[in-house]
Amino acid sequence: MEIIIIIIAYIMLTPVFCGTLAGLDRKITARMQARVGPPIAQPFYDVFKLMQKEGIVVRRTQNLYILFFLLAMVFTGSLFFTGENILLVIFALTLAEIFLVLGAYKTSSPYSFIGSQRELIQMMAYEPVLVLTSVGIYMVTKSFYISDIVAFKRPLILYLPGVFFAFIYILTMKFRKSPFDLSMSEHAHQELVRGITTEFSGRALAMIQIAHWYDHSIMLGFIYLFFAHNPVLALIAVLALYFLVIVIDNTFARLRWQLALASCWVVALVFGLGNIIILFFLK
Amino acid sequence: MSYLKKSPWIIHYDGSSCNGCDIEALACLTPVYDLERLGVINTGNPKHADIFLITGAVNEQNKAALKAIYDQMPEPKVVVAVGVCATSGGIFVDCYNLSGPVDKIIPVDVYVPGCACRPESIFDAIAQAIQTLEQKHHLRQKND
Repeated sequence: MEIIIIIIAYIMLTPVFCGTLAGLDRKITARMQARVGPPIAQPFYDVFKLMQKEGIVVRRTQNLYILFFLLAMVFTGSLFFTGENILLVIFALTLAEIFLVLGAYKTSSPYSFIGSQRELIQMMAYEPVLVLTSVGIYMVTKSFYISDIVAFKRPLILYLPGVFFAFIYILTMKFRKSPFDLSMSEHAHQELVRGITTEFSGRALAMIQIAHWYDHSIMLGFIYLFFAHNPVLALIAVLALYFLVIVIDNTFARLRWQLALASCWVVALVFGLGNIIILFFLK
Repeated sequence: MSYLKKSPWIIHYDGSSCNGCDIEALACLTPVYDLERLGVINTGNPKHADIFLITGAVNEQNKAALKAIYDQMPEPKVVVAVGVCATSGGIFVDCYNLSGPVDKIIPVDVYVPGCACRPESIFDAIAQAIQTLEQKHHLRQKND
């Protein structure tokens, strides 16, 4: 019963929370560029507007993939926030992303084609870090279950600073921000028309947006795990890192995909794996 | 209540303008004017756009492109012709390669005069385009 309440609360509250964060992001970004910026509720207006628009499709099935993308994302988030196995969360997350890529491939437009290829490259770049994160957390807490990890009394960040750094490094990729917004961008940056979302309009685009908010909630949840010994500190860390990502977004230009892939793997190997090897020998 | 008013996304297309109006249209997005505070995003993708901003008259070469962009935009959509060339052909009206002003090719909802038009008048045009968008939305709902 308790699990059902948590899942319902998660499904209801996540779009509100992450949508507000996205609104704050646009406001802060605007202020950094000396603009006034849109209202905080702008992401919600955008989503509601997209619901009222006509949905043009190239192939009817493309929107089915997007529906599964959203459902899989909600499923992944529900697994995470009910304290299930962290490895299962990572695999379900990959599945969700694959649905988006398949949906974009289905449209057979060259722009969404390149966008989805770049999305696959991005997944190749950040998956090792996510797996290393879960392995590192397991080595410290001796459990893959998120409920056990949250209940762990000592600060994880002190054991896993390298893994945490690698995780921050891929964070811009998951939040779709510069320097790693290769497949599509959260903001009005134009690349390959609109990358992976080029051929989606109306309700499907709104669903992609909402699914991204669930995606963000999972990533913020991962940050929370590193500071889970102190919930207040953890919430501050989550918000501070979100702000850091915005600063990075406004400071850097987009990198080429070769450099994005190589640098992610180097960081994962040196900091992530290095951290785990040191942990292995210290034990 | 319609949310079209709150987030009109635009796509900007250069017909065959002298770039004077293009620069003014882009100036609207800069910190001085900042159209984004009205929720406007310059998407560059017809499938995401609500407002089609065209500068310059249309020539024989880009006639097809203009039509293709218009057809790819989901309903409800509004077309804004920016500058005197887009509204009437301007000084290029007698050119041999010109197909004519924008409303010869696709239906135009809002006309913006000026050579080049001021960012303020583009602002006004977008405000009016939002109203038209709203009307078209209600019409569409009635027909459904």
